[in-house]
Amino acid sequence: MIAAHLPALQIVVPLVSAPLCVLLVKARLAYALALVVCWVAFAISVLLLGQVLDSGVISYRLGGWAPPWGIEYRIDPVNAYVLLIVAAIGALVITYAKPSVAREVGSGREALFYTSYLLCLTGLLGVTITGDAFNIFVFLEISSLSSYVLISLGQDRRALTASFRYLIFGTIGATFFLIGVGLLYQATGTLNIADMANRVAPIEGSRTVQAAFAFMAVGLAVKAALFPLHAWLPNAYAYAPSVVTAFLAATATKVSIYVLIRTYFTIFGHDFSFEVMTLGPVLMVLAIAAMLIGSTISIFQDDVKRLLAYSSVAQIGYMVLGLSFDTVLGVTGGMLHLFNHALMKGGLFLALGCVFYRTGSVNIEAMKGLGHRMPWTMAAIVAGGLSLIGVPLTVGFISKWYLLLAAIDSGMWWISIFILMASLLAIIYVWRLVEAAYLSPSPENAPAGEAPLIMLIPTWVLVLANFYFGVDTRVSVGVATRAAEFLLGAGS
Amino acid sequence: MSHHLVVRVIAKLLIPFILLFGLYVQFHGDFGPGGGFQAGVIFAAAFVLYALVYGLENARRIIPDKYIRMGTALGVLIFAGTGVAAMLLGANYLDYSVLAHDPPHGQHLGIFVVEFGVGLTVASVMVAIFFAFAGRGHKIDEMED
Repeated sequence: MIAAHLPALQIVVPLVSAPLCVLLVKARLAYALALVVCWVAFAISVLLLGQVLDSGVISYRLGGWAPPWGIEYRIDPVNAYVLLIVAAIGALVITYAKPSVAREVGSGREALFYTSYLLCLTGLLGVTITGDAFNIFVFLEISSLSSYVLISLGQDRRALTASFRYLIFGTIGATFFLIGVGLLYQATGTLNIADMANRVAPIEGSRTVQAAFAFMAVGLAVKAALFPLHAWLPNAYAYAPSVVTAFLAATATKVSIYVLIRTYFTIFGHDFSFEVMTLGPVLMVLAIAAMLIGSTISIFQDDVKRLLAYSSVAQIGYMVLGLSFDTVLGVTGGMLHLFNHALMKGGLFLALGCVFYRTGSVNIEAMKGLGHRMPWTMAAIVAGGLSLIGVPLTVGFISKWYLLLAAIDSGMWWISIFILMASLLAIIYVWRLVEAAYLSPSPENAPAGEAPLIMLIPTWVLVLANFYFGVDTRVSVGVATRAAEFLLGAGS
Repeated sequence: MSHHLVVRVIAKLLIPFILLFGLYVQFHGDFGPGGGFQAGVIFAAAFVLYALVYGLENARRIIPDKYIRMGTALGVLIFAGTGVAAMLLGANYLDYSVLAHDPPHGQHLGIFVVEFGVGLTVASVMVAIFFAFAGRGHKIDEMED
């Protein structure tokens, strides 16, 4: 009986626990609850992915109302895969969170921190699982509002302005998405995504549909921080508490990319998106610009969190580049990078959280000699950096390999030059970290010693996953291929 | 505000009626216009009026922050819990039909309880927002003195 309710439980379990955390008040109790809940959510997402791969699409009627009238939770290979990424990162990050949150957020607010964390997780999972366009907006707002709160809890006072800026940008993005959904509702009379997809096809020429497409594409590009709409991201990531940066960097933009994919391929269909609206070249130019400009700016950052934030802008470029090919191979590459980037940036930001926990700073100056003072943490940063560059045996290599294959497959071999250039730029900014940590002497009286084990273990789980999935690609590539085939209608 | 006798007396007279009207909008919401959100706002307006006329300190003494915080959380729990109750009774999440002996009564009961949850959370959040802003201004005044 439980198995039939898994789609609802995926959302309801974290949703119900969020207010419970408020009632528990004590930090220790709230943490214990959040920990259990996040791992339960992860277990549910694993079971759901198994069900989808075995027996096809799952549909759950919320409130018993049949689609297309009621809200439907609809799980296919695409969102089962994204659910797994979000829930896995959510569980690993919460395991790590306790000492870091106690240090950075401060006593008295910890229970509320875990409430916001659970709400954010609920929102991100909700966006992914739902089969209703308006419901996507509602969950998008739940996750966004809670992430504004989470970011503003950073120690630095600039966290407040960063959070406010994200609030303005995020609201514009979500509003554009909502306007798009409204126009589509006006044109088709339905909010259910599957139903909408059927009804949009015959009226493709209508201005309303085209305007809806434009609004949704731009609004979601803001939420996904696609260049040049990424201005909110660097400060938000740099000044948020470490735990929040790791969680958001590994999940929030991924979920927005997922909604982009849903919009382009499922609602409007790839014929309309890529042939009528000629989305391909637009996305390709923006993606390449993001890759090159994001990587270049990150070379000049002294705050390592900001450095990695700009690198995230570049990595989003890779994901979108994959989509822009509009082939199974390209979308596989994009989806694969969704997963792989979550692993690398999750690991890197968690390791930076360890640095901050011990030294109180993540400036490149503070990292001098860190290779000798915090060997395990620094080794994790280097390993994550290698994956970011795309060294063979890491997941970064697998993503870039598939993107190269897709580029050659589409007859656009020159794209590979840009991928190579962006990788070279990545070597420069990763090398700056290595140089500071291993080749510079430690400052006088610098704090030494490793972070607590509870923080190191989740960090290393993510870092080792970079290598595991860099060698054994059966799961990640297999599911990403299934998802891409499903989206382009080539497979089952 | 101690010298505004008329305002104080009228406020004292009005507040019970505002609360009563809030409850009316809440519980008559399934037959007429109204519902949890509107009712919550009206209910909170009574506390806001009280705080404006009798001062923030007195209002905080009537409803301490701890209870406001509990109210915000409890309302959400009531809403989500109704859905879970339906699930435990064998239907889908938020399918109220199984909550009573027949579907129409079940749906009625479900909406009734859920709207109460909405009302509780909205009222608590409204009061919390007002207290947060009003309290903040107060602190800035003190710092300037």
